[in-house]
Amino acid sequence: MPDIQALVNDFLNNLRKRKIEGSQATAKQTAELLRSVISQQRVPYTNQAAALIDAVRTVGEQLIAANPVEIAVGNIVRRVLHSIREEDLSLATAAIAGLGISAESDDDDDFVREDHHILSAAAVAAAARSTLRPPSLQTLLEDMPDSAAVPHTSSSGGDSEGKSKSADKSSRSRKLKHDVIEAVNELIQDIATCHEQIAEQAVEHIHQNEVILTLGSSRTVLEFLCAAKEKKRSFRVFVAEGAPRYQGHLLAKELVARGLQTTVITDSAVFAMISRVNMVIVGAHAVMANGGVIAPVGLNMVALAAQRHAVPFVVLAGSHKLCPLYPHNPEVLLNELRSPSELLDFGDFSDCMDFGSGTGSSLLHVVNPAFDYVPPKLVSLFITDTGGHNPSYMYRLIADYYSADDFVVQRKPATGS
Amino acid sequence: MGAQRKGATRVSEDPEELTRVPLQAILLADSFTTKFRPITLERPKVLLPLVNVPMINYTLAWLESAGVEEVFVFCCAHSKQVIDYLEKSEWLSQPNFTVTMIESHNSVSAGDALRLIYERNVIHGDFVLISGDTVSNMSLTQALKEHKDRRKKDSNAVMTMVIKRSKPSPIAHQSRLGTDELFVAIDPTTKQLLYYEDKIDYSKGTIYLDKSLLTNNSSVSLHNDKQDCYIDICSPEVLSLFTDNFDYQHVRRHFVKGLLLDDIMGYKIFTHEIHSSYAARIDNFRSYDTVSKDIIHRWTYPLVPDVKFFGNSATKLERQGMYRASEVAQSRSAEIGPFTVIGYGTKIGSNTSISNSVIGEGCTIGSNVHIQGSYIWDNVTIEDDCKVSHAIVCDGVTLKFGAILEPGVVLSFKVVVGKQFVVPSYSKVSLLQQPIKQDSDEELEYADCSSAMTNAVDISNGDMTSQILETQHWPSHELGTGGVGHIWSICEGGHEEEWRHSVAPIPSDKVAEAMKDTEDELELAHDGSILPPSGELKPYSNDSSDDNEDSRDESIYFGKEVEATFLRAAHENIEEDLVVLEVNSLRLSYNKEAADCAGAIFFSMMKLALETPHTSVNELLKNVNSVLTKWKKILKFYLPGMDEQIEVILKFEEMCLESAQEFSPLFTKILEYLYDKDIVLEDAILSWEEEKRDAEESDKVFVRQAQPLIQWLREASEEDEEE
Repeated sequence: MPDIQALVNDFLNNLRKRKIEGSQATAKQTAELLRSVISQQRVPYTNQAAALIDAVRTVGEQLIAANPVEIAVGNIVRRVLHSIREEDLSLATAAIAGLGISAESDDDDDFVREDHHILSAAAVAAAARSTLRPPSLQTLLEDMPDSAAVPHTSSSGGDSEGKSKSADKSSRSRKLKHDVIEAVNELIQDIATCHEQIAEQAVEHIHQNEVILTLGSSRTVLEFLCAAKEKKRSFRVFVAEGAPRYQGHLLAKELVARGLQTTVITDSAVFAMISRVNMVIVGAHAVMANGGVIAPVGLNMVALAAQRHAVPFVVLAGSHKLCPLYPHNPEVLLNELRSPSELLDFGDFSDCMDFGSGTGSSLLHVVNPAFDYVPPKLVSLFITDTGGHNPSYMYRLIADYYSADDFVVQRKPATGS
Repeated sequence: MGAQRKGATRVSEDPEELTRVPLQAILLADSFTTKFRPITLERPKVLLPLVNVPMINYTLAWLESAGVEEVFVFCCAHSKQVIDYLEKSEWLSQPNFTVTMIESHNSVSAGDALRLIYERNVIHGDFVLISGDTVSNMSLTQALKEHKDRRKKDSNAVMTMVIKRSKPSPIAHQSRLGTDELFVAIDPTTKQLLYYEDKIDYSKGTIYLDKSLLTNNSSVSLHNDKQDCYIDICSPEVLSLFTDNFDYQHVRRHFVKGLLLDDIMGYKIFTHEIHSSYAARIDNFRSYDTVSKDIIHRWTYPLVPDVKFFGNSATKLERQGMYRASEVAQSRSAEIGPFTVIGYGTKIGSNTSISNSVIGEGCTIGSNVHIQGSYIWDNVTIEDDCKVSHAIVCDGVTLKFGAILEPGVVLSFKVVVGKQFVVPSYSKVSLLQQPIKQDSDEELEYADCSSAMTNAVDISNGDMTSQILETQHWPSHELGTGGVGHIWSICEGGHEEEWRHSVAPIPSDKVAEAMKDTEDELELAHDGSILPPSGELKPYSNDSSDDNEDSRDESIYFGKEVEATFLRAAHENIEEDLVVLEVNSLRLSYNKEAADCAGAIFFSMMKLALETPHTSVNELLKNVNSVLTKWKKILKFYLPGMDEQIEVILKFEEMCLESAQEFSPLFTKILEYLYDKDIVLEDAILSWEEEKRDAEESDKVFVRQAQPLIQWLREASEEDEEE
């Protein structure tokens, strides 16, 4: 336990001091940390799921509070909580069904178990996003008769109930933890491979001789463009430099290194160039439940320009960026104001900030926000690792990934009651 | 064979690389100055809240994020409080970051602190030297790499000083941090520091560079727009240098300047300029204000209030740079302006306006209160209709109904300001009496500081203060009816200097005044061609006059230093050998000869004798006798030959004529003493007499006075010859 606490503290420190940045890195590290939290957690005989949820929730609370700007942290905490619930549910249904059937013959038992296993696997799949399955409305419909049927079979449980129950229980407690860890592993895998999954869809979206515009730098965008290039698509890229961090310069360098025809433009030239552009492809910091996007500063302007010229505005986002909260929620800290030194050199302007003269307050203020909010109506398409989606479809994806109970992680039971 | 050797050397090099010494830092949790008085009488400076977080946390958080693994916190003033604070904080339980406290009660300067740390033998490699009131977000890697690379090439590169560009105010000749304008000369290619001066005499409007500076370096760039960040990367030699030169007290004034002047050892100091990151040290109230505002304006990101970097309560950044912690109770009609921080659990009444200020935790602010540009710490009560502008209000202060604080006021802990009382601007109010003013001599300043600290230690706890409250009867005229506290009379430097270092902006009349001065200066500069405004420095322009002036200045300084050293030795009964060592080091650093030392020491001995109380000439003579007997060993050490002895006599003559005319009637008698005690030999006296033979009549007064002695000596020597 102490080493887990040390790990948590270490990660908390890094988050607080803004040492880890970027949603993929934070998401991956959060998932890995939670996995070790779960594996170290002792599970009592009764109510193991609740114990695990509590453990994850307490750590998660601290993580979210440490840097509320990194929305991905909260997303991963909620996803892990959701998968614990899912696994618990599927195990419970399997166990109850198993109990009911244990009175029957051995051969049947095996068969039915397998059957149930398939069902639980479906639930796992829904959580872990391994398949490109259309809405889980279907699964819900499938589940309904099952859960209704289960009590019936269990009530008809026979006399050998007691014996198999105890055996089942010990295996179940181990199994739950094991399954949850499996699910988290899958989540980590998903985060790691989201770039490739998104990039796979590149050829469907980028066509021959098109002009693509992007702003700033995003690894997802880079991989996406390169994947299209590898598939022998020939196209040109306009890169807006993305002041004040000018990461567009880096992206341009990378693109040129991979043999793409690249043009660098200033952010303010976007509107002038947009008429020549066929598609805008950008990365995001987070995607909110209403389909709005929190993205690097300057993107709202690009989106408006794209709308004016009816250019499709495509946002690439791994599923870890999908946030179940709405942007009007006060818990969501939408922006981060960074140091003004990214904009201007302190030395040159130090005389403008002499508080010793005048009224004691400086006449020069520098505001350096990190993010923009792009409303959903400006977004044409989201490309996630599960395929392309409309902004209005986001709520549906969220229902797949998260349980409604976990939307509010921060509320402590102590303060809630 | 060759290959083998190569392999061997590679092996021997590798472990050096591999056994990486953890990066260490020395954090001085004491500034060894009195600029934050009266607040620092009760609480150490490093624990004063800066935007609601004790200063030391900023420094420690930076050290930790910069990759320092081991920090030695040197606690001196109020060491108990600092240690208690750190023990309660989470700093001691951080992974990969150890904080060790070193306590001392008798260190009076940074020099003493470093000597003590050297004795402990805890520093094993390059270390960062910083004081606990520095705020920075710079990355050390680059500076550290440069330092290490230089060290590999030249082991004399002992220190890398971090500087930052920041334009000084042309009007007040001070930086935005309220410190004096800094002049540095840097070699633009190697970044070596060649000249450092932060105490410029503006009356002359010129600065003097040593001629050798210009001849030895092909290019020199002289800056006045650099700010010293007081972050130094030092090699372990720095500690031993402090130990060798035990009169070094101040890191900049003595150590840096000493090293720059000293061309015997050849130690070098380099600079590292930071551009995009922030670093500043809080030296006085003005820099407290400036740095606070820089933090609120987020220049120190990520060390800003809404990031929980350490020990600060969760704070949210709202529109227009307004930071608000949780549980703030604010009336609907209260108006909170931009760039304001409101601490946890503070209550704000109706129609109150607050702008550009920092309010601490748990404060209660009434209705119709106006607060502007002020720093209000924790648990302060401000009743209705008060006006506070550009003031610092410490913990537990109460402002009664209608009290007004004018700009620049500092209220120390638990002061109560009476009803409708107006505290005049720049006044400092404390429950403690102002310590008796002492001579503002540097050494004494330190001593004064330490003695006051020990006094204050026991007062600092709450019980004592409450006792004071009960027992003492507070005169009502000082702080109005119901007021509690003493208004300190404005001390050293007087009112003139107060506005420079205060939290309040410089008053407009001062600005106008200073503006006029600078205009005059500019005219002056145009009339006499002192320095072409932008042209290059010409190495040989009007050098002769400068040089003379320089050397004369130097010998005056040298004399003063020797005198100070000797007097200290006499008062503290320091052993003669040590005094000799100290004077020797002075002699080296000022590049003087033995004769100069002898003259200076003799001068100070005489002065000592003169200062010892005496009523008659005879007693004075006795004093001289005793002093000479006691310290003749030192004097003799510097008198190996005749020339030096003559120098002593000449010096004595000069004294009798100028500074200490009390001795003039005693000239012969003292000369006799000197002869008796073998300090001055007869040959010296005789050749002195010969030297004086051709002098003007006015100079011959003492030769004539000493004539009987000379006569006697001559006869004696003749007798000797006859025998």
